[in-house]
Amino acid sequence: MQPITNMVKKFQHDTRKILLGHGSGGKLTHQLIKSFVKKFRNLPLAKLDDSAVVKFKGKLAFTTDSYVIDPIYFPGGDIGKLAVNGTVNDLAMVGARPLYLTAAAIIEEGFSLFELDRIIDSMNRAARAAGVKIVAGDTKVVGKGGADKIFINTSGIGLIDSGVDISSKNARPGDKIILSGTIGDHGIAILNARGGFDFRTKVKSDCQPLNAMVSQILNVSKNVHALRDPTRGGLTTSLNEIAEQSGVGIEIEEEKIPVKEEVKAVCEMLGFDPLYIANEGKLVAFVPQNDCAKIMNVMRKNRYGRDSQIIGTVVSSHKGRVVVKTSVGGERVLDMLTGEQLPRIC
Amino acid sequence: MKFVDEFRDRAIAERIIKKIEGFDSFKANLMEVCGTHTMVIFKQGLKGMLPKNVNLLSGPGCPVCVTSQEDIDKAIALARDKEVIITTFGDMIRVPGRNSSLEQERADGADVRIIYSPSEALKAARENPARKVVFLAIGFETTSPLIAASLLDAQKEKIDNFFVFATHKLIPPAMEALLKSKELNIDGFICPGHVSVTIGSDAYRFIAEKYDVPCVIGGFEPLDVLQSIYMLLKQIKERRAEVEIEYFRAVHPQGNRIAQQLISEVFEVTDVRWRGLGIIPKSGLRLKKEFSDFDAEREFQPKVKRSKENPDCACGQVLKGVKKPTQCKLYRRICTPEKPYGPCMVSSEGTCAAYYKYG
Repeated sequence: MQPITNMVKKFQHDTRKILLGHGSGGKLTHQLIKSFVKKFRNLPLAKLDDSAVVKFKGKLAFTTDSYVIDPIYFPGGDIGKLAVNGTVNDLAMVGARPLYLTAAAIIEEGFSLFELDRIIDSMNRAARAAGVKIVAGDTKVVGKGGADKIFINTSGIGLIDSGVDISSKNARPGDKIILSGTIGDHGIAILNARGGFDFRTKVKSDCQPLNAMVSQILNVSKNVHALRDPTRGGLTTSLNEIAEQSGVGIEIEEEKIPVKEEVKAVCEMLGFDPLYIANEGKLVAFVPQNDCAKIMNVMRKNRYGRDSQIIGTVVSSHKGRVVVKTSVGGERVLDMLTGEQLPRIC
Repeated sequence: MKFVDEFRDRAIAERIIKKIEGFDSFKANLMEVCGTHTMVIFKQGLKGMLPKNVNLLSGPGCPVCVTSQEDIDKAIALARDKEVIITTFGDMIRVPGRNSSLEQERADGADVRIIYSPSEALKAARENPARKVVFLAIGFETTSPLIAASLLDAQKEKIDNFFVFATHKLIPPAMEALLKSKELNIDGFICPGHVSVTIGSDAYRFIAEKYDVPCVIGGFEPLDVLQSIYMLLKQIKERRAEVEIEYFRAVHPQGNRIAQQLISEVFEVTDVRWRGLGIIPKSGLRLKKEFSDFDAEREFQPKVKRSKENPDCACGQVLKGVKKPTQCKLYRRICTPEKPYGPCMVSSEGTCAAYYKYG
């Protein structure tokens, strides 16, 4: 990475912008594509054929996601890092080893090339950190106002080892539910970055790849039943999806769920519930009780899972429903979010 | 978290519940007036912890829920004016009017902005001198001092593009209206904590004295609510009817004098219509003459048809605590948080929404 002073200098001089010509298919387009290829440097991509050609043997996982986050830079990450980690994590949640990604960007006319460069750098760093290659891509330029700065789509494929069968249908009564760390960090960091509140908080997005943790888990136990990374809709949505798809009941304990003090405070002030706030680098694992201890052990050793906690159990009663035991000792049903969370007014 | 976790302690909760269980010789209908109390009760699962003889009724203290259909239609009419920027608290945007909502209008191109404080509305007026900024001023004695303060600022700065659509309501007159209603049998009130920070405990004295109904002003943490219930039961058992303060870390008998002064400087008391409860005398606030330049109704004169509320929607009876949401014909079948019919389903503090979400 360049020293900050250099970057600032570069920023001051680099006022080049994305022009509609960058989308024309001519020389400018070629330059633009090159700026990606140069950074992502790998064989299938460098061939610049119409498709990347890769070899595979085994069960494949295949997924896609689009990233339109506003603001594009936020504490703890940016749209590029998010676009890589998001797809990497989706692959990891079915127990796949993520291998190859594609990246497609829709860029608004007038977007700064310097910023684009930063985002490509960030995607590159994230891909390296997660051990995946970006092997194909595309750029389109739309007129001013046709998109908001930059939208990125990534698709990814990964390989699933034999003996691994992870699905949100597979949770079973008796399973322990492990959460890999604090919830709500991403949502609150974004809320704060959007401005308007001026909360003096240092909460950072938890945008991070989870594939290494998943492969460490699978190294000690192939009996993991279900995995989810609770993104939009928060932990509540993931738990409800699994309860419904597996046809089981879920019981969790509010006290066991790790939430950062700052996140709690912002939620208290605005009337939000951390259980519904988005994350970008956490997972919930549904595992048989017998394997729970060794799985917890490897999760806590991973840098992204230090705060892992057993937060609840799968039961055979109240099928399709998630019940939470509140810290004061009451019980309530934890339902999916309807509409958006709105702040309370008094 | 400091000042929060202490009030969610399980061991203390168990001790208070034990004491509440001691009052088992009578049945008690207690009403939590405030929507925030309703939410805490549901969110923390307090109903399930209480013995069967203690019955909690949810009251009319959700500002969105008691806003009349006509007022919502007027707000929608204001939003249709291209000159206007509507600023509002979040809950209001989804409340259905006769045939639209602010959310719908926003999708159709109206400039509707969600804000967290009236000062942000005033800021929008400063930043958009060519537009007219209307703030939808709903709420009780909690939000009215803030709006009064921003109106005084607007007056001082001579801002002439800031308007307030005032539908403010007052809590004690609504409590009195409930006591006069024959449908209800209330043995005690859990009075709203934050309203009481402004108006003080003395404002409820007439309820205890004239109607012989005990009142306890409660805070918003689960232990606050449990302790308030205990204090009410103790009063009932000892045949006392007084106004007691459980939330003494924030509420003073005389309330917040400065806030009261702000309100009376800008507003005057008037009769207003509450959704489901009808017109209650002296239960609302309107702008004083000196502030009529800021009155959105005077400036824009929104014309709406005098509309009847859907007769199948039981919001009125739910607000009075006469019916449970589950007894409403529309509940869950037609009226859901995704497609709400009545305001009690829209607001996160609404009783129907609380039942739907946590029930």
